[in-house]
Amino acid sequence: MEPHHYQHLYDILTHAQGYIFPNEIDLQWGILIVVYPFITGLVAGAFILASLERVFKVKVLKPTYQIALLTALSFLLVATMPLISHLSQPQRAYEILITPHSTSAMAIFGFVYLWYLMVVLLLEIWFDYRPSMVVWSNEKKGVMRLVYRILTLGVNDVSPRALKWDRKLGYIITVVGIPSAFILHGYVGFIFGSIKANPWWSTPLMPIIFLFSAMVSGIALVMLVYMIISYFRRTVIDLNVLDTIGKYLFFVLILDFTLEGLDQIQRIYEAEESFEIIKLLVSGKLYLTLFVAQGLVGTLIPLITLAFLQFYKHKIKVRKSMYLIVSILVLIGVYSMRWNVVIGGQLFSKSFSGFTSFKLGLIGLDGSLMAAFWLILPIGILTFLLWLLPPWKMVPEEE
Amino acid sequence: MENEKVKSSRRKFLKSAATLAGATIGYTWLKSSQFLLYGAEPEDKTLPWYGIVIDIEKCIGCGSCAKACKLENDVPKEPFFFRNWVEQYTVKNDGSVIIVSPNGGMDGFEQTVPDAETFKSFFVPKMCNHCAKSPCIQVCPVGATYDSPEGVVLVDEKYCIGCRYCVQACPYGCRFIHPVKKVANKCTLCYHRLKKNLAPACMEVCPTGARMYGNLRDKHSELVKFLKEHTTQVLRPHLNTGSKLYYNALSSEVR
Repeated sequence: MEPHHYQHLYDILTHAQGYIFPNEIDLQWGILIVVYPFITGLVAGAFILASLERVFKVKVLKPTYQIALLTALSFLLVATMPLISHLSQPQRAYEILITPHSTSAMAIFGFVYLWYLMVVLLLEIWFDYRPSMVVWSNEKKGVMRLVYRILTLGVNDVSPRALKWDRKLGYIITVVGIPSAFILHGYVGFIFGSIKANPWWSTPLMPIIFLFSAMVSGIALVMLVYMIISYFRRTVIDLNVLDTIGKYLFFVLILDFTLEGLDQIQRIYEAEESFEIIKLLVSGKLYLTLFVAQGLVGTLIPLITLAFLQFYKHKIKVRKSMYLIVSILVLIGVYSMRWNVVIGGQLFSKSFSGFTSFKLGLIGLDGSLMAAFWLILPIGILTFLLWLLPPWKMVPEEE
Repeated sequence: MENEKVKSSRRKFLKSAATLAGATIGYTWLKSSQFLLYGAEPEDKTLPWYGIVIDIEKCIGCGSCAKACKLENDVPKEPFFFRNWVEQYTVKNDGSVIIVSPNGGMDGFEQTVPDAETFKSFFVPKMCNHCAKSPCIQVCPVGATYDSPEGVVLVDEKYCIGCRYCVQACPYGCRFIHPVKKVANKCTLCYHRLKKNLAPACMEVCPTGARMYGNLRDKHSELVKFLKEHTTQVLRPHLNTGSKLYYNALSSEVR
């Protein structure tokens, strides 16, 4: 065995505290598994915001509908990458699709993912864009003409009857999509929540907490993307849009905060055998990321700011900057929440008698640069999609 | 007339073929429809169904078991990979508990707590519990970890995708990712030896006979006799893992 296989473990060993089982020195899931639920959450959250406009007829949010859908798609396209690249045998990843194990919570991920990508997101976007793509394929010249023609899949009928069907089918898909988005992310929570060996993860509230934090992060991301797009396009930000998104963000954040609070209160009050070690965990190794980053920066400050924005109508410029800051803080908070769950859950020993330590590397497949890459890549994809399918150049719908 | 006969026999053939196919599909479906809940059951009644006993009162903490295991199973020598290790528990007079397992106990132990402060001290050998309701098997997304017909939890190294979910799911810390093979690794109860009617390496070398394995189904086996005559306990019974590793004289501090 070569020294590089284990040398880093000697360093970690010197930082271990108390007693940990000898196999527990190395963290099994690193930064990539922090990134994965964060990205999936953004997808689910962005989609749910888009559905608000479509299904619940929140017309104010019209300017963000396509932005939300394309954001969801950009991140969903990348969602599997951190997962596959963290496998020790990535070349065998396909086994999970062809021989899924029926009792494994992880086994159906591929199917949930494909369902969401192929049946929900791509179809909804296609039905929404088809009329515009037909028009673009006639207007454009050269390669782009061909590209749009391919994207229409040869369905060029833009008669009122066909358009009506587009709308109808798109609506049905959105309705199916809402529970799908709930399942997609609730399920990610279940992957952690169903591990009875780990008291920090094992709670029936985990899927629900993941779902609400997903909505929080997705809504904040769409708000941020909307502001950034408006900045680059030099268009005026519709404050009504921000106020409406801000209102939803406020309510969902309250729910999320309540749920996570309940989870912790339950833990503290029941004080089961893992209580002592978890108390040490949150007051020690997770102090900064849990109380400061997730609690204060990511939840309390945005909550208070959003509450103020509900009651006091500040100047337009101030409100815009407040929304900008809130959306960024919320994203930091939810990212920290993923960190606290994934990394936090592995820092303490299952002997409940000690801690290992986690050193985040910069380079390598499991390093922070790689994680940053997987977070930046969707933004690149989104930029491309916004160029290919600009929502602001779409053919206006006839009501 | 002749034609009728051919037709009728063909119909009969198709009918029975369809029934057979339906039954096969139905049976496989029923068998694999063990959704969500996992539980191993002995299928072949002629084969043994293995259980393990560790007698804490007999363990002297020599670490031979851990050493033998590494040698026999080609486990990396570095102190981060163990299929088998020994822990030393020291309960002090003030109630605090000190647990150590330097290099898995392979080099023996030193007692650092003075006798005057010690309430009690004992050794606990640890290894895979070969649970009947293994959380590790339950969570494996591809079914690369499985129960042998004798109830031994094994890993298919050519199939494991290295997702590490099983390592997370084991409450006993018995699994690790092999640093070179890059797949899950764990105690096999020396399955290759069992198949030749040889005892697992750790049991073979134990100088005090603190470890025992045997057929849980054979009511006259040494193991069953021991279980009958002693009050044994499994680790973390509340997790309902169906552990088949029974400890004699297990103290409440042990996790």
